[in-house]
Amino acid sequence: MSYHYDERVDGPLATHDKATVVARLHALIPGMELLHEQEDLRPFECDGLAAYRATPMLVALPDKVEHVEALLKFASEHEIPVVARGAGTGLSGGALPLDKGILLVMARFNRILEVDPDACVARVQPGVRNLAISQAAAPHGLYYAPDPSSQIACSIGGNVAENAGGVHCLKYGLTVNNILKLEILTIDGERITLGSEALDAPGFDYLALFTGSEGMLGIVTEVTVKLLTRPQSAKVLLASFDDVEKAGAAVARIIGAGVIPGGLEMMDNLAIRAAEDFIHAGYPVDAEAILLCEVDGVESDVQEDVACVEALLRAAGATDIRVAKDEAERQRFWAGRKNAFPAVGRISPDYYCMDGTIPRRELPRVLKGIEDLSTQHGLRVANVFHAGDGNMHPLILFDANAPGETERAEALGARILELCVAVGGSITGEHGVGREKINQMCAQFNSDELSFFHALKAAFDPSGLLNPGKNVPTLHRCAEFGSMHVHHGALPFPELERF
Amino acid sequence: MLIEAVSMDDSERLVAEVAQAFERGTPLAIRGGNSKALLGRPVEGMPIDTRSHRGVVGYDPTELVITARAGTPLAELNAALDAAGQMLPCEPPAFGAATVGGMVAAGLAGPRRPWSGSVRDFVLGCRVITGHAKHLRFGGEVMKNVAGYDVSRLLAGSFGCLGLITEVSLKVLPKPRASGSLTLDLDAGEALRELSAWRRAALPVSGACHVDGRLQVRLEGGAGSVASARDRIGGDELDPRFWDALREHRLGFFDDPRALWRLSLPNASPLVPLPGDTLLDWAGAQRWLKSDAPAATIRQIAHAAGGHATCFTPHAHAEPFTPLPAALLRFHRQLKQQLDPRGLFNPGRLYAGL
Repeated sequence: MSYHYDERVDGPLATHDKATVVARLHALIPGMELLHEQEDLRPFECDGLAAYRATPMLVALPDKVEHVEALLKFASEHEIPVVARGAGTGLSGGALPLDKGILLVMARFNRILEVDPDACVARVQPGVRNLAISQAAAPHGLYYAPDPSSQIACSIGGNVAENAGGVHCLKYGLTVNNILKLEILTIDGERITLGSEALDAPGFDYLALFTGSEGMLGIVTEVTVKLLTRPQSAKVLLASFDDVEKAGAAVARIIGAGVIPGGLEMMDNLAIRAAEDFIHAGYPVDAEAILLCEVDGVESDVQEDVACVEALLRAAGATDIRVAKDEAERQRFWAGRKNAFPAVGRISPDYYCMDGTIPRRELPRVLKGIEDLSTQHGLRVANVFHAGDGNMHPLILFDANAPGETERAEALGARILELCVAVGGSITGEHGVGREKINQMCAQFNSDELSFFHALKAAFDPSGLLNPGKNVPTLHRCAEFGSMHVHHGALPFPELERF
Repeated sequence: MLIEAVSMDDSERLVAEVAQAFERGTPLAIRGGNSKALLGRPVEGMPIDTRSHRGVVGYDPTELVITARAGTPLAELNAALDAAGQMLPCEPPAFGAATVGGMVAAGLAGPRRPWSGSVRDFVLGCRVITGHAKHLRFGGEVMKNVAGYDVSRLLAGSFGCLGLITEVSLKVLPKPRASGSLTLDLDAGEALRELSAWRRAALPVSGACHVDGRLQVRLEGGAGSVASARDRIGGDELDPRFWDALREHRLGFFDDPRALWRLSLPNASPLVPLPGDTLLDWAGAQRWLKSDAPAATIRQIAHAAGGHATCFTPHAHAEPFTPLPAALLRFHRQLKQQLDPRGLFNPGRLYAGL
């Protein structure tokens, strides 16, 4: 597919004379930095999904909420689309610019406004980096729980837009479970507060609705997050398996026994070898799969959990179990997993990271399906898996310079996501739909459900000016490009054979 | 209590009734166990009963997900979880014969809420009959899912005003390995100070209620952490059934003819004088008040403290829920207009015109 905005199927956009827009905005908001020269726009052509590029008409870099407000009112009045961007680390092209639109960069709103250690909350501007919140809270023994792998760079506003996750979601939740209040500007430049500093707020749960809405409903101007007490102790176990299925069964055993690990990650042999070659974490390169299981909490509970998990792993047929003996080894065990993506990047010119979720029990079937698809498409796939919460990150290895490989990688990726939907999962667990998975939305939702999404959007942005072409496809797009709709359970399992 | 598990798919009837209401423009009053009738504005509409659409349709304890039809009694869901050593951590009240659908639509959580999360935090997916009489599915049975808008969490706590929930998938968790309950003779100010210190010391508190000059604390976690917290806190053993009585409003405190108000305030809010008798739950973040004071007085106090107040006594006040700021109310009405243009579902239950 071409990822470019296609007015024929994505909806028409008004055309404006750039020089006029720039002149008017300069006059209207003199204090706001605007970029409009071709060479200045180039750094903003893409987000973390670098294969997708478009040059915005112009880039706005406000540092005052009043400026954002005035900009949105202007855009609304003149029907100019607005694409919001935080740190630009998103992996689904959610911040991919429009050549007829304004790219609204929120990165300069980078102040931590307040850390309240008694109430365990922090109030921050949207451009504050995820990790900076935990760093500011650290002197109080507190931290912000969601930790996407881009946490040193990604911004909290972007985390809200994507409902970002991380490796600790099963126990500590996603962004939506860890924020209390949002300040929002609507496309009309209206300020509204969603949620509250209390644990709930009157009215509909717009805090939940806006989290993960990919910049389609409003612009986040302030976020109040929950802070948690840092666990006293964390221990990590590394278990090797000679069979992926056994590793999957071990995960079910651990959870069935009543242990909720702080992190529970699985890697397959290709990912293990790539990571070991890069990081020298001490991973067993001949294992078919490894599990990393971290338990955290109060010291005595952690000891109980480690003993319990160790016994369960052994019973599940682990060929080797190691408990990190000190903090340095714990960090090393994790370093292999956390660097799995760049490690795979070293063994292949390019890789394409997928983000499907599945019910855990379907893991063996889905891994087998991926293996078959990989063979059919002639591309290798390394599997990294947030095993605790069923979120898979198959990494498709390809060479963008080899003719046809990019298209084959995209096609393989699409088939993998459709496989996830067919077993009752989702096309995206934490990276978002963005532009990347816009066609796969047609596989996950039927036209009535997509129409429901469009109606919901219209309540907040009736002219469709916020981030058009992302998150929810038009029915026209699905009719033209959408893959077959495989609704949960609607397709019987025998259908899976065709993958 | 022995609970008979019954499974029946009655969604066709529900869709047909909504379709008919859509054709005729007849408002509907959605009814499950009628246990939350005490909450909200009166609704004039044709009753539509969800209770015949019932049964747990999927539960695999190792997936930590349970899926049940809306009319399933909450007690039946809890019994299924209990048999597998699991629980719905937000421990929603039943207030009698609550159904799963009503539990989600009302979004009320029990004593564990500040530590576990709210009802919506455990909602993973739902099926819903819309204002156009379409039976749709959002979210799913997986822990992480960011495809499209988060409709299922939006429906939690929406009091049926946006659609008729027919099925929900909920994240569940194992029951704690160890637990204990204690009671201490402390005044409310001392209680809040102690709770704050225990939080900083990472004690495994999962319930904290101050009433009648005593603090009741629940501890849940591993055997070691519960034992050491118990040693540190001291006090006397408390019958754990206290937490059920608190959740279900069966404590003596609630037996009072004055109107019952719920104040939801920020964590670590100081004590504020309230015009009546009070019970502190959620370590002070939820304060129950028995009072004959005017709604405006109570709302003013809650607002000044950074929170809001809801009246739980039917017909005691015209607006049981805190009125919304004008802009926010407009976006509520616009959403209602988009999703339920004929105003079929529970019109006016939350606010006039919704």
